[in-house]
Amino acid sequence: MTLWGLKNLFSSHALLLWFRSMLELKGIRKSFGKTEAVRPTDLVIQDGEFFSMLGPSGCGKTTLLRMLGGFEKPTAGEIYLNGIRIDQLPPHERQCNTVFQRYALFPHLDVFENVAFGLRMRKISGTELNERVSEALELVQMKEYLHRSVTTLSGGQQQRIALARALINKPKVLLLDEPLSALDLKLRQQMKVELLSLQRCLKQTFIFVTHDQEEALSVSDRIAVMNKGVVDQVGTSQEIYEFPRTLFVAQFIGSMNTIEGEVKDFNSQAITLAGSAKRILTVKPSRDGFRPLPQVQSGLAVQMMIRPEKLKVLKSSPQPDQNYIEGMIKEVLYKGPVTQFLIQAKEIPSLMMTVVQTNSAVSAKKTFNMGDRVFAAWAPEDCILMGKDGPLPVSVFETEPLELRALP
Amino acid sequence: MATEHRARPSPPFFASLVTAGTFLLLYIPLFVLVTYSFVQTDLDGNSSFTWNWYYEAVADSSLQQALWMSLMVGVWSTLGATLLGTTAALALERTDFPGKKIFDALTLVPLIVPEIVMALSLLIWFVILKISLGGISIVLAHITFSFSYVIITVRTRLADFDHSLEEAARDLGATPWKTFWKVTFPLIWPGILSGALMAFTLSFDDFLITFFTAGVGSDTLPVKLYSMIKFGISPKINALSTLILLATALLVLMIFRPKRSMKTISKESGETSVPDALKALG
Repeated sequence: MTLWGLKNLFSSHALLLWFRSMLELKGIRKSFGKTEAVRPTDLVIQDGEFFSMLGPSGCGKTTLLRMLGGFEKPTAGEIYLNGIRIDQLPPHERQCNTVFQRYALFPHLDVFENVAFGLRMRKISGTELNERVSEALELVQMKEYLHRSVTTLSGGQQQRIALARALINKPKVLLLDEPLSALDLKLRQQMKVELLSLQRCLKQTFIFVTHDQEEALSVSDRIAVMNKGVVDQVGTSQEIYEFPRTLFVAQFIGSMNTIEGEVKDFNSQAITLAGSAKRILTVKPSRDGFRPLPQVQSGLAVQMMIRPEKLKVLKSSPQPDQNYIEGMIKEVLYKGPVTQFLIQAKEIPSLMMTVVQTNSAVSAKKTFNMGDRVFAAWAPEDCILMGKDGPLPVSVFETEPLELRALP
Repeated sequence: MATEHRARPSPPFFASLVTAGTFLLLYIPLFVLVTYSFVQTDLDGNSSFTWNWYYEAVADSSLQQALWMSLMVGVWSTLGATLLGTTAALALERTDFPGKKIFDALTLVPLIVPEIVMALSLLIWFVILKISLGGISIVLAHITFSFSYVIITVRTRLADFDHSLEEAARDLGATPWKTFWKVTFPLIWPGILSGALMAFTLSFDDFLITFFTAGVGSDTLPVKLYSMIKFGISPKINALSTLILLATALLVLMIFRPKRSMKTISKESGETSVPDALKALG
């Protein structure tokens, strides 16, 4: 039996602690009147993890975060921090600190006093106070702004002060509520990198709420994708992107081309589909093991999903082991690093395929023009198979989660 | 975020004329009053500049007494109105309780009720309760009409209060009590202060309600002035009125002085030259 299995078997607190799990949510639920903001949710977040909660607005991610911070009381369920139940504690008795969406810096206090606030509340003063404040400001590169008024700082600078203020009490968990959403694009990208290096340097647990999938994918150790108050999937960025477990995750993260069909034949190595494409399409498990084959029966209506960047535009008919669709280029969108093609499938009038190609020397814009008859080809290993209305059951030979598989 | 500067058309001539007329009508009496307070006319009918009326006004012991009464009433009613108004504003803005809407409306009633009705009803009420008319009854009466103003100014302040500031304080380890004194109070303080100044101004200027509820021997300055003009308008009264005008104007200026904004800082505060930041750490 694997370590993973063991962990599921013995989920007592002592053992969980031993597995470095630090934050545990058990059946957490929150309703506001009749609306269910968060449906019963279980989550385990490891010590030192950069954990993101991703979802569209209104999916319950912020409510979940606010329950961790103590600003909302769960309607049901329990939250444990290092084995101690915290869900009934008021915010000031929790070892979590929050970076608020609009930073919430105290406008009547200067930079120093903003950062020192947490220490003063703990009755720390004198040299220790001064040292810790300048330490925190140094961490966010804002030491020279010590006595500035926070109202004169720019968005990015306020962001840093908010970080320093939240980190000064050395919280066990840092909660970040869409901290980058108020910044402009350039600054957002820069702060993203800074946040990541800060987390790597402090080795602290960060829980990061965002609606920006790219943000979540690029910084997180693991992501929980939420939809309508439910955590649809928890996994590493790669797992979420390459092997979405629900239709929602598949469609919310990145974009997808969807071809409908039904299962013609299957064995442990491949599933073949027949359908609207007038050609047999094949699905194989991905080579890296991220995506095993699901359980199917012959004749089952399914949808095959392919990411735009997994498709190749070809002039001539591709290798026989490849899946392909014939079509005509309807639109060429040059985007700098990539070019996006919209291809109208010949056999399926309703299908418009989106293909994204890197603008290398080989596939520059010039190669293909609007109106060209082309083939959009993809490897059988590069597609995701979903049921008509939801995910397909995963085969019993599912591979182990990434963290353990990654070990030699 | 540069504000747009667009040339605006000048107003039509007729509008300027009406405006000028209105302003003259409003301010000429004041101007006359102030001028007269400096004018001395001798028996030959010659006028000359003088400070005498001011000396007389200040030296008059009954006026001094009335001023003292006005100040005491002003201070105590301001304290009472501010305390009640602020707590009421907090309750109305922050909490929910049955009948809140009714309370909400009731707090504004003193602004609408005709002053004479208010004065009479207070007088009747004091008589029923057997509260002797004097300093205390005046203070109570002043609190009833001025605390509405405190509620309004404090509520305006609370309404655009960023809630996450209090959450941030709680998050950083402040108890609810500390959160109030370290964050909420300093931020609504300007609202409380302008409410208090307004309450004081109203109390200091009030004639009608004070007149009804003062009883004998506890005249405030306006009441005293009224009783003095019964015996003819002395230039002393002009001088005193000018002083009251000046004091009130100063108070009002303090109420409406430019306030520091408390809104959470806007995101578009312009540039950031970000230092090489945490690249070194990464």
